[in-house]
Amino acid sequence: MKNEYIPQASKIREVIRHTDLEYTFRMTYEGDVKPGQFFEISLPKYGEAPISVSGVGAGTVDFTIRRVGKVTNEIFENYVGDSLLIRGPYGNGFDLEHFKGREIVVVAGGTGLSPVRGVVDYFARHMQECDSCTLIAGFKTLGDVLFKEDFALWKEKLQVIQTVDNAPEGYEGPVGMVTRYIPDLKFKNPENAVFICVGPPVMIKFTVQEILKLGMKEEQIWISNERKMCCGLGKCGHCRMGSTYICLDGPVFNYVEGKNLID
Amino acid sequence: MGYQLTKTQMDELFRELSETYDLYAPVLMKGEGCFSETDVVRYGKVTSPDEIVWDRKSDYSYKETLLPINETLFYFTEDTASVPQGPKRDRLVFLRSCDLYGVKRLDEIYLKNGFSDYYYARIRERTKFVLMGCGTPCKSGFCVSMGTNRAENYDLYIKPDGELGYADCRCGELEEYFRKAGAVEARVVPDYAEENREQVTLPKKLSNESFTREIWNEYGARCIGCGRCNFVCPTCTCFTMQDVFYRDNEKAGERRRVWASCQVDGYTDIAGGISFRKTQGERFRFKVMHKIYDYEKRFGYPMCVGCGRCDDVCPEYISYSNCINRLAKEEEE
Repeated sequence: MKNEYIPQASKIREVIRHTDLEYTFRMTYEGDVKPGQFFEISLPKYGEAPISVSGVGAGTVDFTIRRVGKVTNEIFENYVGDSLLIRGPYGNGFDLEHFKGREIVVVAGGTGLSPVRGVVDYFARHMQECDSCTLIAGFKTLGDVLFKEDFALWKEKLQVIQTVDNAPEGYEGPVGMVTRYIPDLKFKNPENAVFICVGPPVMIKFTVQEILKLGMKEEQIWISNERKMCCGLGKCGHCRMGSTYICLDGPVFNYVEGKNLID
Repeated sequence: MGYQLTKTQMDELFRELSETYDLYAPVLMKGEGCFSETDVVRYGKVTSPDEIVWDRKSDYSYKETLLPINETLFYFTEDTASVPQGPKRDRLVFLRSCDLYGVKRLDEIYLKNGFSDYYYARIRERTKFVLMGCGTPCKSGFCVSMGTNRAENYDLYIKPDGELGYADCRCGELEEYFRKAGAVEARVVPDYAEENREQVTLPKKLSNESFTREIWNEYGARCIGCGRCNFVCPTCTCFTMQDVFYRDNEKAGERRRVWASCQVDGYTDIAGGISFRKTQGERFRFKVMHKIYDYEKRFGYPMCVGCGRCDDVCPEYISYSNCINRLAKEEEE
């Protein structure tokens, strides 16, 4: 029987610094991975943390890590020329089939962009496979903006609204919460629209409210839930919401199911 | 096959069994209770029937014989991870009917739900279960209400009775020990609890609306979040990962898993300071609803086996069984 708890050492190929607090680690990994899935990443001595896949390349997988906890702090200190221990992928991830041919709107808050970056990037490179693709990404300040290089490409291909909660005086770009930009969205055929919301729980809640106000149906909305996951294997119990294990059944849910999940 | 044994034959049987098996049973740990000068009945290794506490329910369940309180998953040195060896010998675990039903719940989570757990599986496959009778039912259990009073999937049933002993063996591998001990064949039927003092009616119309009832706040105001109810429960299975490093060699250490409680601070905390269940009321609701609703929704039968240990151990005298009855009653109103 396979011992799922044993991690593999994975070489850090590249580190992309987005902000002081957020780096993307490009790691060696061979195997099928979907955007929105996650790995348990660890450093001996400091423990494991579930981190979502923010990009999939040839023989590599990206993890965008925010320095906010014990494990992630340590990863920032100790990565140089080194490897990290990883095990996974776990969870369902985003199924691109749900979005092909549709008018896609991705609404992401902060690091919430990580799990969905793979989806945005796929359609930016394969525009013919969707009807349209809009990205509304919100960050606290200009200094918190992630994936700046990606945004340059995405802005050419997609409709991108990159907003910041707090902007310096004289800033001319979009300002305010992501929810502010939802009422103005235009659709050729609203029934063919599909939404992805990823971010902090409060942001998901209010974003979904705005989307429903547009007259959209719940089944047109997909969310991804972030919870504590010690094992990723349906054992440790921390991520359970009702009868649902986020690590096994999620973290991506259609809102029809997602709205019934209670912490 | 059923057997009758003399006291000497019982002792001989245990001695012989101990040659091959590790016997885990409830034993009295003197002075090791939670408060000073109190005892506790917990699982320990035995080699004779006299070491076993037969006449009262163990304070902690059999759970720690399959799922250690803290378990090393692997040791790491600089570049390698080495997995500690599994149990060297098969084991016999003595338990009550409700607890044997509890094993089914542990199996459901650790062998099925998603992945099969390497560590649990390697202990579980070496374990046989010895049923202890409940002729005099315990005070707080409500196994009859939960339908867990008549476990029949035991490998062995043993009952000491004064100068005699009785056994029912359902495992071919164990039959030879009775022949060796010189036991006489007899018709033996386990003592099952037929009636409990506590009776529980499971609410039948629970739904997502039940999550917002006032009753949870009421219990939450009493609960101090110590988590003891989780630790004594034969069906609670949660754990947290922990990395440990040795002081004398900072390059070596181990990753462990340690029992966790959904009632204790930190259970839902994620990096960045977000916590999903902050109040004791929410946590109490999370636990109770899992035992009687959420688990059943996923696996088709309730999680709780009605052993009553959570009621026994609560320092705030919260009665979980009474809470369930109140929920059922509120439904009728």
